[in-house]
Amino acid sequence: MSFLNHLISGISLGSIYAIIALGYTMVYGIAKMLNFAHGDVIMVGGYMCFCATTYLGWPPIAGVLLAVVVCTVLGVVIERLAYKPLRMAPSLAVLITAIGVSYFLQNAALLIWGSSTKSFTSVVGGDPIQLFGGQLTITRVTIVTIVACVIIMVALTLFTTKSKMGTAMRAVSEDKGAAQLMGINVNTTISLTFAIGSGLAAIAGVLLCSAYPTLLPTTGSMPGIKAFTAAVFGGIGSIPGALLGGILLGVIEIFAKAYISTQLSDAIVFAVLIIVLLVKPDGLLGKHVSEKV
Amino acid sequence: MKKSLSMLLAGLMLVGALAGCGGDTASTDSGDSSASGTAFKIGGTAPLTGDAAIYGNAVARGAQIAADEINAQGGIQIELKFEDDENNTEKAVNAYNNLKDWGMQLSLGSVTSKPCEAISTDINTDRIFALTPSASSVATTEGKDNVFQMCFADPNQGTASADYISEQKLGTKIAIIWKNDDVYSTGIHDKFVAEAKAKGLEIVSETTFTDASATDFSVQLNDAKSKGADLIFLPMYYTPASLILTQANSMGYAPKFFGVDGMDGILTVENFDTSLAEGVMLLTPFNADATDDKTVAFVEKYKEAYSEVPNQFAADAYDCIYAYAQALEAAGATPDMSNEELCDAMIEQFTSMTFNGLTGENMTWDSTGAVSKSPKGMVIENGAYVGM
Amino acid sequence: MNKLKKYAASRSGRDTLLSFGIVIVAFVVVQALVLTGGISSSMKGLLVPICAYIIMAVSLNLTVGILGELSLGHAGFMSVGAFSGIVVTTSLADTIPSGVVRLILAIIVGAICAAIAGVIVGVPVLRLKGDYLAIVTLAFGEIIKNIINVLYIGKDASGLHFSILEQKFTLDETGSMIINGPMGVSGVEKLSSFVSGFILILITLFIILNLINSRSGRAIMAVRDNKIAADSIGISTTHYKLMAFVISAAFAGMAGALYAMNYSTITAAKFDFNTSILILVFVVLGGLGNIWGSIIAATLLTLLPELLRAVNSYRMLIYAILLIAMMLFNNSSLKERLLEKRAMKQMEKLEKHDKEGA
Repeated sequence: MSFLNHLISGISLGSIYAIIALGYTMVYGIAKMLNFAHGDVIMVGGYMCFCATTYLGWPPIAGVLLAVVVCTVLGVVIERLAYKPLRMAPSLAVLITAIGVSYFLQNAALLIWGSSTKSFTSVVGGDPIQLFGGQLTITRVTIVTIVACVIIMVALTLFTTKSKMGTAMRAVSEDKGAAQLMGINVNTTISLTFAIGSGLAAIAGVLLCSAYPTLLPTTGSMPGIKAFTAAVFGGIGSIPGALLGGILLGVIEIFAKAYISTQLSDAIVFAVLIIVLLVKPDGLLGKHVSEKV
Repeated sequence: MKKSLSMLLAGLMLVGALAGCGGDTASTDSGDSSASGTAFKIGGTAPLTGDAAIYGNAVARGAQIAADEINAQGGIQIELKFEDDENNTEKAVNAYNNLKDWGMQLSLGSVTSKPCEAISTDINTDRIFALTPSASSVATTEGKDNVFQMCFADPNQGTASADYISEQKLGTKIAIIWKNDDVYSTGIHDKFVAEAKAKGLEIVSETTFTDASATDFSVQLNDAKSKGADLIFLPMYYTPASLILTQANSMGYAPKFFGVDGMDGILTVENFDTSLAEGVMLLTPFNADATDDKTVAFVEKYKEAYSEVPNQFAADAYDCIYAYAQALEAAGATPDMSNEELCDAMIEQFTSMTFNGLTGENMTWDSTGAVSKSPKGMVIENGAYVGM
Repeated sequence: MNKLKKYAASRSGRDTLLSFGIVIVAFVVVQALVLTGGISSSMKGLLVPICAYIIMAVSLNLTVGILGELSLGHAGFMSVGAFSGIVVTTSLADTIPSGVVRLILAIIVGAICAAIAGVIVGVPVLRLKGDYLAIVTLAFGEIIKNIINVLYIGKDASGLHFSILEQKFTLDETGSMIINGPMGVSGVEKLSSFVSGFILILITLFIILNLINSRSGRAIMAVRDNKIAADSIGISTTHYKLMAFVISAAFAGMAGALYAMNYSTITAAKFDFNTSILILVFVVLGGLGNIWGSIIAATLLTLLPELLRAVNSYRMLIYAILLIAMMLFNNSSLKERLLEKRAMKQMEKLEKHDKEGA
């Protein structure tokens, strides 16, 4: 029974990684950049929802909406101010700028909300569900997280394959120049991608804080790195890959803690990652791009 | 061409930076001489930004309140300065050197253990007396005659906790969750385990977490639950502890929880459901809900200035400043004394004096720098501490 | 003399001489300031870490700039060097009283251990490409941190004792712990000095610049620019990739030993992902493949947060803004225009000069 308990915790943690990783993957697919500030957008989302529900007394759903709106705008603004001027620059320059943005967000949050811990009230109320006479407990947040994760993945897949904007997105990700020649507005498409990615980050932030209810200016950084790992694990740029990578990472992390050693769990997670990448160098579901001469 | 120009630019910037530092030196030198007048310069490094900022800011604020009070009385005057160390040893040494340039005569060490260990060697060679409010590891004071602590040393807390649990028969099967990349947590854990064995307590589950994995405790709690632990010992700060309480509750697991001084503050976490902390026991020297005049006055002032309830870190820092004031007065020290003279005078005073503060009555220090005060066992009832 | 002139006129030669020139001049100026007491103690305290960061940046530039592979785990090698160096200096404290000799030994052992770690990491990692390679270096960096975090090493009359996960050995009364698991190392003897840091920088520059300008260096750059083309003319890409990576790791190990001996306490947590990123920031800001750019960026960005102490709580916020601004400026058209303008002016000057000469 403890196995099932661990499995559920793992899937729950993994679903949050997966939602964050989806944001990473979307942005990477289009802009070919690792947006290290993504984790901090999550934190902003958490704080927004917290302020709305605790200070303003809004209902949880309104808090979530506020977080999504603020983060979406924030994502677009960051893209316009910090990343757009570097579109022609080497990708490493953009990476470092993203790190700068990450420092900026963390320290701005520290100045605005202070350094003390805030305890986040879960947006999903209700008692946990007890199964098998109390031996197996599933919190409602877990269920909402898993469902949200699946819905988001399906919606994103449909969006990118069926809608016109989604097709434009894929075109830009394949070849920016050619897409432009076909009359696609590359700038708008990239902004839209950042908007979607950051909106997802807000949802991830709210779910993360609901499941693990502490809120600090550094809340987003570690899940951000883990989710980035998950995105690469599943094959960066691939939407189902992000989902698979996220969930596997969460489950491996929990199992490593439970059955091997809590002290070495991170090392074990990363070791599994290395082995997988050595066997499948493009991630689990990544596209293999052959080199051209 | 492009290269040499940018090199020139960079070179200029570098020269500018160095010149800037030169300028700094000049101004601090003059600051030195002018300072030898009215106020004692007390400096400390603290994590004012980064993930330990919560403790750093509490200390800086608590100390400021004490300094303002003392200055208002008109006797000894104190000039207080905190530099940010980001809870990082390298930055702590930088911050400490900065304070030295400022003309620091007395030090408050660092707030957290590792940075304090790093600067305490320098403090020892520079002969600046230091009284740290909260850096509790043994290595902080070990082998340094001029570094003193206001908080209990880690081993004392571990031993005291195990003694308390066995004397009061609080639990038979004990689980420990500790943070294994943290000196504070590891230090208490090690001593607790040793003492628990000596007292015949049964430890059924020992699990750890690190900074990177401080979000999810389901595995640790499941382990404790499946092994039938009826008491969980939490040698850690209150941020992860609040998470553990919430997660245990959502799992429907309700053992007794026993914490140490880092647990203090759990009731002040904004928006935390304090009913979850009901029945949590902890050893702490400070109780923000105490009704004695001193505590009430301090808590009120702190709330007014910073709109939050002070935790034990703030109280320790407040006590540090008052202890300094008492020692300086007793030694008849004047602000124009050099740091070496003050250091000798302070060592003499601190090893002989008795101090009454917010965090304890009749505190004394031995020559190693460790404080002797008795931790109070507290239990949380109806959202407030009650003595056990 | 002629040979030297010719060397100085060549592009790579100029860079090399420039790098050495800057470092030596900076050293003389700073050392003079230190000796005359004209430098504040906060600046004096920064000298050794700056030296260590310069070596880190230069060595990472070899991987990122010259070899062209993004590494996010460079701090891991620094960590290996730091801890192996500490084990050497502490365990030899009785046998070799001279601090300088022990420091040199520590740096050498640190370099060797980091190089071994470099081989272990490099062989699997270098089979991957691009961001996958980057994430695996990150993973290795974290694994190294995790392992050192659970490592216990103690010393007593009967020699060194090792164990992992928990302290499984007991020491006799003369013994002491060197590495105490997550609590790291306490009471390290401070053996590093600015002079030793400076000499180490010179050695690093000498070896790395020579490597870049050698046949091997050109082969490494050929691999970076076009792997397939390099393959086709018979350059063993695996060999050269590994070579650059291992040399880079070895220097990181040296920097780690130097860094560790400057502080009385050190923990594995110090050498985490954030430190790796910090070094990467130095390299990218200084310019990929640009060695002296790395030197200046490392110095400036280590000084910057200290110079910003005056603005107190806004310090790190302003640091972040400046970092973004510098990156944007570095890649902006404004900078290009400024450079062009300057070039034009110089051209005019030269023309004028020529006319006057005629």
